[in-house]
Amino acid sequence: MFRLFGRKRSRESVKERLKLVLSYDRAKLSPGRMEQLKQELMVVIVKYFPAAEKDYDVRLEQHGDRMVFTADLPLSSADA
Amino acid sequence: MNARAIVVTSGKGGVGKTTTTANVGAALARQGERVCVIDTDVGLRNLDVVMGLEGRVVFDLIDVFEGRCRLRQALVKDKRVDSLHLLPASQTNDKSSLSEARMQETVRRLVEEEGFDRVLIDSPAGIESGFQTAASAADGAMVVVNPEVSSVRDADRIIGLLEAREIQDVRLVVNRIRPEMVKRGDMLEVEDVLEILGIKLIGIVPEDERILVSTNVGSPAALEENSRNGAGGAFRDIAKRVRGEDVPYAQLTVPGGFLTGLRRLFGGS
Repeated sequence: MFRLFGRKRSRESVKERLKLVLSYDRAKLSPGRMEQLKQELMVVIVKYFPAAEKDYDVRLEQHGDRMVFTADLPLSSADA
Repeated sequence: MNARAIVVTSGKGGVGKTTTTANVGAALARQGERVCVIDTDVGLRNLDVVMGLEGRVVFDLIDVFEGRCRLRQALVKDKRVDSLHLLPASQTNDKSSLSEARMQETVRRLVEEEGFDRVLIDSPAGIESGFQTAASAADGAMVVVNPEVSSVRDADRIIGLLEAREIQDVRLVVNRIRPEMVKRGDMLEVEDVLEILGIKLIGIVPEDERILVSTNVGSPAALEENSRNGAGGAFRDIAKRVRGEDVPYAQLTVPGGFLTGLRRLFGGS
């Protein structure tokens, strides 16, 4: 991350930052709302998987023409 | 491009809309088309000075809309290329008569009654009514973008709005590329911008100080035939592609070497 402030390859940083910000722009969802969504989803998820990891990953991905919401939730051995 | 009326837009200001309109318009006219360029930036007229025609403006777009003159009276004929005309914006900020219906009617008459082959519409910056009015009369668009984070983000918004208007032919002009910065990995490459925005390319224009010189004197760089490798040549190539010619993308040169990759990427298309 801190390479961002260095002199090497700022092209890679700007490319990744643009992809991320445009995924939120296109979905008309702010990063803060996304975090809220993640927290609210967690409340539902633990009802079904009590031992689910709290720190799961949600993101928006561009699949061709469409934007896809993805949640990546590893289940612990207690649930699976 | 099959489009007769092409809006030149960007979202962000200062990325080169007016320069692109003036140069591509001048090049299209030099290549034989009858061209009208329209400045729709009401209150902030600039296409006239960039083209060196400010001394000839009598009437403007708002005068046409409000019936103070006939359409033909407001057209300013270029002093270098006979087939090039400018329809200037007004310099007063009264936008009350600016409407999509009037804009569409004016462009229709330029094509059907005044016999123009191509109308280029220079849009104001922003995504508000000025842009919407300009886009309403267009059947094609050139989105001008600089390889820089805020310009690319704004271009993405504009592309979404153009698609919502069902403008079919939306093409990208990547302006102000600095080959030496691309070479050392400190600037977005054209392929990155295309990947992120997902629309087709129509031009790659290098940063070129001759553009400032040409606007200083009010003479579009695209009309200077000796500017083969700079922005002037790039704008002439865009005009040829607008006309349907298959023009390969020129290699951008950097001091001490060549940028390969551009040709590899775009040579075939």
